[in-house]
Amino acid sequence: MTATTTAPPPRRRRVKRSRVALHAFLITVCSIWIFPLLWAVYISLRPLGDTAQHGDFSLPSTLNFQNFIDAWTQANLPYYYLNTLIVAVPAVAITLLLSSMLAFALTRAASRFNLFMLLLFTAGNLLPPQVIIVPLYTLYLHIPIPHPLSDNGILYDQYIGIILIHVVFQTGFCVFVLSNYMRTLPRELTEAAIVDGAGIATIYRSVILPLCRPALAALATLEFTFIYNDFFWALLLIETGSKRPITSALNNLQGQFFTNNNLLAAASLLVAIPTVIVYLIFRRQFVRGLTLGATKG
Amino acid sequence: MTDFAPASPASPGGAGANHVPARRSRLSLLSRRDKIVLGLMIGVPTFLDVVFIWLPTLASIGLSLTNWNGATALTAKNFVGLKNYQFLFTAYTPFWPAVAHNLIWLLFFVCVATPLGIFFAVLLDRELRGSVIYQNVFYLPVVLSLVIVGFIWELQYAPTDGFINGILGRTGQSDLIDWLGNPGINIWAVVVAASWRHVGYIMVLYLAGLKSVDPGLREAAAIDGAGERQIFFRVVFPVMAPINVIIVVVTVIESLRAFDLAFIINQGTNGLELLSTLITNNSLSEASLIGFGSAIAVVLLTISLVPIVIFLTRVMRDQTT
Repeated sequence: MTATTTAPPPRRRRVKRSRVALHAFLITVCSIWIFPLLWAVYISLRPLGDTAQHGDFSLPSTLNFQNFIDAWTQANLPYYYLNTLIVAVPAVAITLLLSSMLAFALTRAASRFNLFMLLLFTAGNLLPPQVIIVPLYTLYLHIPIPHPLSDNGILYDQYIGIILIHVVFQTGFCVFVLSNYMRTLPRELTEAAIVDGAGIATIYRSVILPLCRPALAALATLEFTFIYNDFFWALLLIETGSKRPITSALNNLQGQFFTNNNLLAAASLLVAIPTVIVYLIFRRQFVRGLTLGATKG
Repeated sequence: MTDFAPASPASPGGAGANHVPARRSRLSLLSRRDKIVLGLMIGVPTFLDVVFIWLPTLASIGLSLTNWNGATALTAKNFVGLKNYQFLFTAYTPFWPAVAHNLIWLLFFVCVATPLGIFFAVLLDRELRGSVIYQNVFYLPVVLSLVIVGFIWELQYAPTDGFINGILGRTGQSDLIDWLGNPGINIWAVVVAASWRHVGYIMVLYLAGLKSVDPGLREAAAIDGAGERQIFFRVVFPVMAPINVIIVVVTVIESLRAFDLAFIINQGTNGLELLSTLITNNSLSEASLIGFGSAIAVVLLTISLVPIVIFLTRVMRDQTT
């Protein structure tokens, strides 16, 4: 049989039936999968009085958004969202800037050096963070930082400190992805620019960066989510509760403000909403960011 | 900037020898300013990576040989040799349970969560109505932070008010199951919650790999009369070897990094001890047993080097071909 002749599907009816079975199976599994989230939504919509009287596992008498309003105002959530933005926006920008420059510069370097650097950065990115926390913590207590950037004169307990550790850890991942991406760009483009007399900085800015835009968009989406979702670094490196970004603040506020399941469920969902929205809007970039590192190269 | 010198002629006849003239001509086009720019582009990130990741890693190894508590100056008197390790392996009771819990985590991921993610990817890798919706459902937990995953699952596992005991009808004082409080079962409960997130992650990675498999291979196998299962195991799975390595590495590293869920639920105690929580609790506690915490960190580092080296070997093979 040649590739051009399409034989009539001999088993169309069986195929159709297996399709129905597949959908039935997937719908069942997906229902189970999304259930924990739906349960959280359900609890968050029920007033405390209702669940206190009938228990969480019961049919509702009333549903409303009061828990969301209480969580939002009582715990001053907008303030913590702002903390997250103060950390995440510069962290993503600096990470992408540094890693794109490094990945680009490495394409101009000797190949053995290039490989060594990639291994260094990738290995650093893969280490469990707990391996380095003790010396890092000590380092953060002793590195002096001038006043406008740090109100206590050191890196510890400062936005700049947490931005820095995100930049350091995430650069490893981004360099790996960008370096693989840049390897797929046609060499002739940069060679031509060199012949035209363009300097390295110009080539980076006006040839490489525009070509990398899809990869940078993918990484920006992914990195924003990673940093938004960070719990460990903020726990370790931020002491003052009011400086914590929202994800780690949520854990802190649990005992203080979110003293019942209903309020905690509402607060959790409020904290989850930005990442879900980012995912739904930038789904393609998001998935590409994750898989660029895995499938290219 | 010796880094940019052409590959050293110390390896005559090497594979790189042919490229040397080309590279030299490329480099000679670089002005002094260009070399400084390149130096900064490489130097700044490297400096940060070395100072904030690699020096602390080495320092952890050094500190693990001391009894330093962080409060006084570190002197030669603090050197205790391998005493921390000896105590860790023989006398520190939470250590072996923590190792066992990390192993349970790993085994559950390897035997259940990762295969499930691969299975869903294979199911969704076809022209299927609503495929994107199914994918989104599986992927939704991945975009949530582990703090939120933890809270969502606390609502399922809660003893009297949780969904699971509710549906099982075990909410009475005599028969309720304390999923997160019973040290015999809570690690399994937490691993299930972690898998909820891990499965979607693996599914996305694998799906991307499957999309890159040449469809001609499958068609050829189908024409030869192979069934769907045979096509996957005999044709698709073998050509997916590079992705399979990534999946294995991701699975192992995620199991070693496990921290957030256990820490949120009970700070990693009472049945939820993990190497990562032991390090954190020992190093940052009131007693601040820094030397001892570092010894646990070195154990975790040593174990982590296995998947890291596997991954780097693959990177090396890719980059040199």
